[in-house]
Parts: sequence; C-alpha cells; structure tokens
Amino acid sequence: MGIPYFPGCTLSTKAKNYDRSGRAVAEALGLGFEELPEWQCCGATFPLMLDDSMALIAPTRVLYQAQQAGDRVVTLCSICFNVLRRSQALLERDEEMLERINWFTEEEYEGDVHVAHFLEILRDDLGWEGPGSVAEHVKRPLTGLRVAPYYGCLLLRPFEEIGLDDPEDPRILHDLVRALGAEPVDFPYNVECCGSYLIVKEPDVPESLSRDILGSAKEHGADVLITACPLCQFNLDYPQRETEMSRAGGELPVLYFTQLMAVALGLSEETWGFEDHYVDPGSAIAAMLKHG
Amino acid sequence: MRTEISIEKVRGHFVRQVEEISGQDLLACNQCGKCSAGCPIVATMDILPSQVIRMAQLGMEEVLETNTIWICASCLTCVARCPKGVDLPRLMEALRQISLRKGIAKLDLNDLPVGFLQELPQLAIIGGCRKYYK
Repeated sequence: MGIPYFPGCTLSTKAKNYDRSGRAVAEALGLGFEELPEWQCCGATFPLMLDDSMALIAPTRVLYQAQQAGDRVVTLCSICFNVLRRSQALLERDEEMLERINWFTEEEYEGDVHVAHFLEILRDDLGWEGPGSVAEHVKRPLTGLRVAPYYGCLLLRPFEEIGLDDPEDPRILHDLVRALGAEPVDFPYNVECCGSYLIVKEPDVPESLSRDILGSAKEHGADVLITACPLCQFNLDYPQRETEMSRAGGELPVLYFTQLMAVALGLSEETWGFEDHYVDPGSAIAAMLKHG
Repeated sequence: MRTEISIEKVRGHFVRQVEEISGQDLLACNQCGKCSAGCPIVATMDILPSQVIRMAQLGMEEVLETNTIWICASCLTCVARCPKGVDLPRLMEALRQISLRKGIAKLDLNDLPVGFLQELPQLAIIGGCRKYYK
C-alpha cells in the first residue's frame, strides 16, 4: 500500500509533468503514491474571511476522501497543501464548523487526517543522508549543477498552521538539492511572492516579480531554479517564453523539485517531463550530465 | 485629500463589518509599517498596506476604492513579520468581500485572450475567480 495521494486539479492537467515525475520518484524511493479513488478540486484558495463556510466544503470533502484511505494524505502542489493543511487546522480547533460542514456534506469527517507535503515525507520519513535516505538512492549525482531553491509563499506561510520550515530562512529544498549532489544557491528572493492569482487579473505584476526573482537567482550563479508550486512554475516560466524580452541575464529553466530528483535517481527520461516547459531545461541538465 | 474623521465613523457599521469578516482587531495595529516595508508588490499599489489598515481603523470606506486591496496576493509575508500579530491579508480579504458582495466583479474571464486562458494553470483560474469574482 502506498501513501494516499491527492494530485489536485493542476497536476492532472497543466502540470502533468509534476505529477508524473512525483509518482515515479515516490516509486523509486519505495514509498509509492496511491491516488485517492475519488477526489475533486480543493478550492485553490484557503478562505480568509470568517463568515463564509462554503469555501471550506471542497477541502473538507478532500480530507474526508483521504480519511477513507488512511490517516494521512500527501500532496505535491504547494497550494493544495496550504489549503488542506490550513483547513485541517481550522477544523481541528473549531468543532462547530466541522459539525456544520459535515451536516451539509452528509459525510462524517472526523477531523484528524495529517496533510503532508511530499518534501516533508522525504525529510522526516527517509532523511537526507544515511541508510535508506534520499542521498542513498541517488544514481546520478548532479555534481556541479547550481540550483536555486525557490520556496514562494504557500509552502511556508502562515508558519503557525503550516509549520513545515522556517518561513524566513527555509532549508528543506536546500537540503534536498545537497542530497542530490548539486549545489544550492542562496539568493535573497527565495521566499518572495511570484504574484500568484494576479496572473489572471494583472499579468504585468507577476511578470515584473518574476523578473526580479529570476534575475536574482541568475545573478547568484544558478543554472536552474526549482519550485514545489505549479503556479510559481507558471508565473516564473511563462514570461520567459518571449526570448526577445530583455531580462537580467537571460533565461533560467524552472523545474519542479521532483523532476530534478527523477534525473538524480537515474529514472528514465520520460519521467522528467521536460517537454512541458516554456524554457527547455534539457540543455542545462545535459551540460551537467556531460561534465558529471 | 480632505478627510473627515469622527467618533461615529470609528465606531460605525463599516469598522464592525470589517472586523467581523476578518476576525482582526484593527486597533491592534500601531502603524509600525513593517507590512509595507516587506510587501513584495507594494510598488504597484496606490496606497501602502499599512495605510489600508489605518483607513479601516478610521472607518474610511474610501479604502474600498483603492487598488491595493485587489493587488494584495495573500502571500502572507506581512503576517510573518507583524509584531502585533495582525493578519493583514484577512483584512484585505474582508475589504474585497465587502466590494464583491455589493456586486462589484473585478474579473471577467471573457476579457482574457483565449490563447492565454488556455495556457493558464487551472488553479490560477479557480483562485482568480474566487478572489475577484462573486
């Protein structure tokens, strides 16, 4: 039996490469994902208003579906992770709300499923180094590759409810990069917002934010940037499609951490999913493999 | 800008409504400005995040006319840094909700070029509709 897995809407559509590489990596590490037999979108935003319980119905239903499968559920998408983990925290402290939602959905969610991000399972279940760890599974160390770990917002904040890592100076992606044999690149924009949903309303804003984030990563010597969020991936990658656009230092491939893992674990190229990018990561990875 | 401040406004319906929807005690904010200093999108806002809460404290409904409340992307950087524990994104959400519930929609997917819409990740569309459309 694998770990109950909630892919979410975007990993089943736009970010299939994240889903594919994530499943392959989990399999190779001996964990395996077991997709929830029935699921729907988590709602994509955690409701910040207190007087509207409707937006909690979708995440609560996902949590209920997870409860049928076990005592925890794993996500890859940072946004699903944030929405589900915050909803879980809310339902845990607000019994009246839990009752109200259960009354509406006619499902009995008991309020105690642990929502985990895959990164957390890698760190806490396997560890980065030592017997059975991530490092021990590496077949093709990414020697010489300089990787900018980009955390964004929702993987980390708010710390009180998410509690995955330090919200101002996170290390989890840095440690992963090191375990894969690559070199993490520190850059000051690694927890800055990419602009998120503003991409649908004011696309210029994420574009200018992404220019700063990518420019900074590049300036600090990154060959590629990694993220755990399909919206960060899009907001950072999409504006680079216009090669004539002047940027601080050219293009920078934006990868999911699972894609980098698939390469390092020696998995077949079809699990990498490089074809779904605006900036092809192929040449940066090929150059690294050639020298490595 | 000429502004009228009164006890009636400070204790008025608008302030109560904002506090109820956001769950925030507006007067907890002492205007230190950390939220504005750290906001990654502040350059595109017409007023500072700290000014939004100041206007809300004073019951100034004009705050609903600013673009700042629509630019805030709920990245929660300010929440991580506020020394008074104020959840400013919840306040921004409350102000957006008050506008949206009056029927003011800020997003029409029909306005987006079809090619762009097809490229967008699903969660951006869903999230966008939830933030800017009621």
